[in-house]
Amino acid sequence: MTTSLIMETLFQRSLEDMIKGIRLQVIGESKFIAKAVEEIRREIKSTDVHTKSIALQKLTYLNSIHGIDISWASFHVVEVMSSTRFAQKKIGYLAASQSFHEDTDVILLITNQLRKDLTSTNEYEVGLALECLSVIATADLARDLTPEIFTLLSSSKTFVKKKSISVILKIFSKYPDAARIVFKRLVGNLENSDPQVMSAAVGVFCELASRDAGSYLPLAPDFYKILVDSKNNWVLIKVLKIFCKLAPLEPRLANRVIVPICELMRKTGAKSLMFECIRTVVTSFTEHESAVKLAVEKILEFLVNDDPNLKYLGLRALSILGPRLIWPVLENKEVVIKCLSDADPNIKVESLKLVMGMVSESNVAEISRVLVNYALKSDPEFANEILGSVLSTCSRNLYEIIVDFDWYLSLLGEISRNPYCQQGEEIAYQLVDIGLRVRDVRPELVRVGRDLLIDPALLGNPFLHRILSASAWVSGEYVEFSKNPFELMEALLQPRTSLLPPLIRAVYIQSAFKVLIFCLHSYLRLSGVIASSADDLAAGISDLASERECPQGSDLAKCEAAAACEQDERFFPIGSNRAVNDIAVQDGGERILSHEAPSISVEKRSFTHESICYLLNLVNMALGPLLGSDEVEVQERARNIRGLVELVQQELPNCVPIKEGSVEMEEPKASVMIKLIHDAFSKELGPVSVNAQERVQIPDGLMLKENLSDLDTICGDILVPESSSFSLGSNRRGDRDGSSFFDQQIKEESELSTESTSLLAQHRKRHGLYYLPAEKNDIRSNDFPLVNEPQSAGCSIDGVDDLVKLTEQTVVSKKKPNAKPRPVVVKLDDGDEIPASLMQPINSKDNLLSGAVREILLGDEPIPTTMRSNPSEKSSGKRRVKEVSLNSEHASLLKQNAGDVGNLSHGTSSSRRSKNRSHGKERHRSPKRNDVGKEENSQKAKQKSGHRHGRHKTRERGDGSSMVAQTPVIPDFLL
Amino acid sequence: MIRAVIVMNTQGKPRLAKFYDFQPAEKQQELIRSVFGVLSSRAENVSDFVEADSIFGPDTRLVYKHFATLYFVFVFDSSENELAMLDLIQVFVETLDKCFKNVCELDVVFNFNKMHTILDEIIFGGQVLETSSTEVIKAVEEITKLERASNTISLVPKSVSGWQAR
Repeated sequence: MTTSLIMETLFQRSLEDMIKGIRLQVIGESKFIAKAVEEIRREIKSTDVHTKSIALQKLTYLNSIHGIDISWASFHVVEVMSSTRFAQKKIGYLAASQSFHEDTDVILLITNQLRKDLTSTNEYEVGLALECLSVIATADLARDLTPEIFTLLSSSKTFVKKKSISVILKIFSKYPDAARIVFKRLVGNLENSDPQVMSAAVGVFCELASRDAGSYLPLAPDFYKILVDSKNNWVLIKVLKIFCKLAPLEPRLANRVIVPICELMRKTGAKSLMFECIRTVVTSFTEHESAVKLAVEKILEFLVNDDPNLKYLGLRALSILGPRLIWPVLENKEVVIKCLSDADPNIKVESLKLVMGMVSESNVAEISRVLVNYALKSDPEFANEILGSVLSTCSRNLYEIIVDFDWYLSLLGEISRNPYCQQGEEIAYQLVDIGLRVRDVRPELVRVGRDLLIDPALLGNPFLHRILSASAWVSGEYVEFSKNPFELMEALLQPRTSLLPPLIRAVYIQSAFKVLIFCLHSYLRLSGVIASSADDLAAGISDLASERECPQGSDLAKCEAAAACEQDERFFPIGSNRAVNDIAVQDGGERILSHEAPSISVEKRSFTHESICYLLNLVNMALGPLLGSDEVEVQERARNIRGLVELVQQELPNCVPIKEGSVEMEEPKASVMIKLIHDAFSKELGPVSVNAQERVQIPDGLMLKENLSDLDTICGDILVPESSSFSLGSNRRGDRDGSSFFDQQIKEESELSTESTSLLAQHRKRHGLYYLPAEKNDIRSNDFPLVNEPQSAGCSIDGVDDLVKLTEQTVVSKKKPNAKPRPVVVKLDDGDEIPASLMQPINSKDNLLSGAVREILLGDEPIPTTMRSNPSEKSSGKRRVKEVSLNSEHASLLKQNAGDVGNLSHGTSSSRRSKNRSHGKERHRSPKRNDVGKEENSQKAKQKSGHRHGRHKTRERGDGSSMVAQTPVIPDFLL
Repeated sequence: MIRAVIVMNTQGKPRLAKFYDFQPAEKQQELIRSVFGVLSSRAENVSDFVEADSIFGPDTRLVYKHFATLYFVFVFDSSENELAMLDLIQVFVETLDKCFKNVCELDVVFNFNKMHTILDEIIFGGQVLETSSTEVIKAVEEITKLERASNTISLVPKSVSGWQAR
């Protein structure tokens, strides 16, 4: 046995041997490693600790460098950790901190080992244990070892002390109650004369403050002292970071710290510290003009520096400032724009951000054009960066800065054609969104969509597929603005569409369906089969010709309107006359159809029998192969259209004689259907707020949380037919019955209560009231093919139209003469913002910690380890008591001369005064008084810092009382 | 705090990896690969900072420095100063240079243990603990001495070595 042990030890490969071995392998590295792991598995079971530790060391190496799993060896790790030899112990600890985590079960076994090593007389053993703890501490470990950490905090050895301070951060995050024990000692170390220890303590507070700054506000005087006294850049940077967090919580702090910060900024030679000063000023002290000016000066120094790092950081600082103060950016405009062509990607992106920050309504066109052209010349990655930021800037706040939407749409078209463009999704979204929100721009939208659709080259670029999908959709949805629907149809059915993914193809086919229906309907209407729509048409024409001129199509529309009227008269003189007369009476209803006017010329020219036949043949030909498509969406839609086409083709010959014959004849089946479908398609779709569902009020007596188990027995027979009608409803968009069924469905789903059917019926009666209540602009914004509430959409559009009429003139008069009026963009009252419930919740652990910290900082003495029932209640109770006592004190102070408290020591006198001041502030809430208080405060701070030198012992007490003194002030900001 | 320290060569082979939040081994390798992907695409003489949100989660950035065949990468969050991190890399490399006398990649490869010892003296649980390379070297030398002392007697029976290791 012993011989084999010795053999094992002698012939064991060391880590170095193994690394050499691995390096020799040119190809079979993984095989070699697998073999090595096998070897280790054998060796690690050895009873000899040395062999075991070497094996573990090799394993740790493999884990760290080659990603080999070592969780199976965790028990061996514990064994090696407990070795008495330092070298082996170290191997064990390294393996533990490398591989242990919350769920490692053996972690329960190491508590005692850690405790033993933490209390070791060898400082390096303590160091190992602390290092390990700082990585792997669990709640249990943190709790059990807090007393040892507490002891170590007063160690005389710097090596141990700084590490035990740093480990507190991990302890707090796992076991917040530890603050009750160790926090005071941690605070004490802020004044430690040893710079390393103090630096560690400041580092810990920087981390703590970044999670919950408010709790550490009472320590501001200590941090201030460090800021003024310290010469160590590392410490100063951390303190600045702390003040950056504290400043927004305590406005008076700014006056106090801004002077030393500016001083540092002027004097320091260290760029890192200077940058931190700049960042602190531009983040938290933007109200201090002189400080900002100084910071901007220094930023400029960074910007013109040759070092790309400094240039980049200078731009960063500017972009922090940008949203609040734009003048520093504008002042350095030239440098910023020059950076756009820098070789460094970081600098380019940062300067792009800044340039986009300068964009406003007046210069958006110019800047966007320059940038989009620049994107053509730059590398693909940055080109996309540019395009993406142009898109997001222009669409900000519902296209806030866009006045000329025709221009913007053509820009979108241009961006889509950029060979590097990968922004398909965003462009697609915006195309549809603009279509839904800005009705005046739809003719241009259709034109842009057409240009994209008929370009066969674009079909090959997968990044553009989404854009094409959107173009197809808008072309179908707003086909009435199309100058040439036949061309559109050809584009939608061109053979190269087979390059598209099936779902987008399905959109193409659906759009083709809409175009087909539109063409057939126009044809039938013109040939007089559908007489009733002549009214709509005439109304639409005159409506448009008289008042509502689409920006782009207006010229066209005017002459078209005239032409169409002529044409109408030719076909049905009586009907059209009547219709024109009727306009005044019925002009409210037909807005949707009013947009059909521009296409009338097309109708006149091309909706002949032959062209329709050609169209039907085209559809038949193109869709024929798709009937066998294995993609259901494509196949189904193709079949739908084919079905319709067949129906129409059967009846089409009959239609022709009707046109020539009498109008009185009964309408054929196909035309009735086409009219119905056309009506269904011409219902307008609008955006709907993402919060719409939330605004549905819960009706009285509805118990949402009630047990639903017996629902099936009561409502089962009702729900089944209901759901089938739901699918029907959603198929036939805009169909009034369908959508009201849909609403019922929603309502009933939310309503699933044990109420009887009669109650359901009652709710049904009222349901129109829940969904989208009285507000006018409640429209959907999510995705395009959504079922809409016809009622509310209609009403919103009415409102918008009125707005158009009202605002048009004022806008025109305000703008430059050549500027077009900005079309109305449909907005939702509450915007599309995220509901407040989604705001980031505060970490409960942090809450616990801040509770504990506040209790210590605001209370007189730390409370022993006992669990507290309710921290906030206790601390607030305490505060109240203190406040009462302060009040009485305040009264007595008022009787005396307030300033003359000579018999008190300096520390307490200042604290008294701060009490006095704070109460004064509470009583008379005059701003002047506040200002006086601020000045006094800053003076006092200087005094204090002066006095603090060299009296560490008394300071602790004085400080404590000043902390207490602040208590009545601080909670005002915190609670 | 500092989230991770990675040293890798210009071919993307990791030479040292220390993560201050636990990451499973495969995840570590994946992160290292993504970092390398970013670094290898960057030209020479550009700024040393990279936004690392997509790799290490929100509010993280990394700073790297390229020495000979090695990349030194520090990953950190907003509680650290970018330029200070750059300095810290310098401190780390200087320390290595002093410890190994003209450090080269092979030193890093074969001194796995010592690399960790040095790093642990500079960064502790994600906090910067020591920025003076002389202090670090002092501590590292002490630790190495202690290790040697406990190892030289490794073949001596346990009962004897027990007290000596203390």
